[in-house]
Amino acid sequence: MSLLTRNKAPKLAEPNAGRKLFGSRGATITVWIIAIFWTIPTLGLFTTSFRRKSDISATGWWNLFIHPHLTLGNYSAIFSSSTVSGIPNGIMPYVINSFVITIPAVIFPITLATMAAYCLAWVKFRGSDAVFYGIFALQIVPIQVALVPLLNLFTGGVHIGSVTLVPALHIAGKFLGIWVPHTMFALPLAIYLLHNFISSLPRDLMEAANVDGASHFMIFRRIVLPLSVPAIAAFTIFQFLWVWNDLLVALTFTGGTEGIDPLNNKLAGLAGTWGSHWELLTSSAFVTILVPLVVFFSLQRYFVRGLLAGSVK
Amino acid sequence: MPSFWSENLPKLGQMFAAIAIFLTVLAVIFFIAGKANGKKQRPIAIVVFLGPALILLLFGLLGPAIRTLLLSFKGSASKHWVGFNNYQWLFTDPSMRIVLRNTVFWILLTPIVTTGLGLLLAILLDRMRRESVAKSLIFMPMAISFVGASIVWEFVYKFANPNQPQVGLMSSIAHHLGFEPPNWLLTQPLNTFLLMVVFVWSQTGFAMVILSAAIKNVPADIMEASSLDGATGWRLFRGITFPMVRSTFIVVLATMVVATLKLFDIVRASTGGNFGTSVLANEMYSETFIRYDAGRGAAMAIVLFLLVIPVLVYNIMNLRRERTIA
Repeated sequence: MSLLTRNKAPKLAEPNAGRKLFGSRGATITVWIIAIFWTIPTLGLFTTSFRRKSDISATGWWNLFIHPHLTLGNYSAIFSSSTVSGIPNGIMPYVINSFVITIPAVIFPITLATMAAYCLAWVKFRGSDAVFYGIFALQIVPIQVALVPLLNLFTGGVHIGSVTLVPALHIAGKFLGIWVPHTMFALPLAIYLLHNFISSLPRDLMEAANVDGASHFMIFRRIVLPLSVPAIAAFTIFQFLWVWNDLLVALTFTGGTEGIDPLNNKLAGLAGTWGSHWELLTSSAFVTILVPLVVFFSLQRYFVRGLLAGSVK
Repeated sequence: MPSFWSENLPKLGQMFAAIAIFLTVLAVIFFIAGKANGKKQRPIAIVVFLGPALILLLFGLLGPAIRTLLLSFKGSASKHWVGFNNYQWLFTDPSMRIVLRNTVFWILLTPIVTTGLGLLLAILLDRMRRESVAKSLIFMPMAISFVGASIVWEFVYKFANPNQPQVGLMSSIAHHLGFEPPNWLLTQPLNTFLLMVVFVWSQTGFAMVILSAAIKNVPADIMEASSLDGATGWRLFRGITFPMVRSTFIVVLATMVVATLKLFDIVRASTGGNFGTSVLANEMYSETFIRYDAGRGAAMAIVLFLLVIPVLVYNIMNLRRERTIA
């Protein structure tokens, strides 16, 4: 079941004679053919974003390699307040919105999930296993189920009869109104993955700290947090990609508020309004894609390390 | 551009302030709670560590799930109880029949294709000497949002009238092969399968990376011993490799089933659910936020949840077994 830990701790396999028997050349060729197929669509978007509007509608993007007429005009158009784009300040404000939404929506759930995971793994109490299974089960609740009631909670509070349990929070249409749902929705997976990792930390270490009289808060700060960095980094990638690329949550909780729309939502909207402006759409799409790609490739090694971390004790 | 910065600097300020407040509050609570000693220490620690997450889950997922269940038995304005009317509509309305049919196609096809392809790639990667660049290229689409992906694939599926140049890749290939390309995304039921290709393209890399990690964990001596015994190719895969990674394979498959059920963005961004491509998750959004029928929307959300329950039960059984072994 576990992605981050394995119970057995086998040594990592070295490429050995047995594997080479099936011809590594055939495998290499097959993988590269698939890799090229996988890259062609993105390449089409990338090259189109550097072509002129007239060229885009006249010939396919692959003609760029035969008649290279490159232009950076599309990028300057989407970042300026030109009349071409029809957006007052270009797409830059939306790039900023995306960062403002994503960074806290990554930090909040990871912090709270690491705390909860430590508690469920090492501060066991009666019913802690039931709580863990309950949280695990919540992972599967489609967030669609939660959207409308949560929106009502933000705008109207919770009442039973005439008793107000929670007053109206009035955070819909504000950044806080997006951070909170993202944090809520991320918790089940985050707690589950981090629990897998944290519960596999060496028992002796925890017990020694306990004997020394360290409080749970001290153990958490001094031992658990530093040792959990690979798992935290792996989940950071997941959550960053998920929030940056999310459409549904942002669509529901920004309620179309102009000032806080993230880039991905704007892009989805522009796909409609810029119907014929492919030069603008492709360059904007490429900007949208670029940030998660940079994050992904710079943290990639943590991703695999965090994934395998439990097995290399 | 003064207006740009006066508009956007405060947003960044809000972000840093929110993070600072969050961390400060935690630090203060940790400091105060850490002072407690003796018998009180444990319960206080449990409340501080677990409390925030549980409260958020209660208000963010558990409560809303229960409310949605209630809403699904109410009418469009959530005023009157209507019994099972919403569910009856869901399973009998002719337009919904297409939505349900598509959802079933999606669940049956995409998870197994994505995970199977991921496994194939993981096995091939295992036999390569240098793998990183090809692996990264295949994994790359996972970092692209489904909205971005549907724009990327526009350039593959784009169609133009016969008297105009075909600038879409597939249309152009069809044209050069000598037949008139159909309008790909309008042709039913072909368009649903074309949207599935986008999903497979996007998620295969994830399946590949996880399964590749699992295959690397298969002890080298087992592989060596069985290949010395003369097991090669398919026999080695069936006898050794697959059994060793079966549990990971099923986890990835389950993840893909859930992702498929929740799928919303690809359909929304490429066809908007028109031309017979809609699926439950997309229809649920349209019903709730465009046609304002909260009851029907809620009923669809509940059906989605019911469809996921078998995966959930299986996963929990697996998890319990694994925990008792450990």
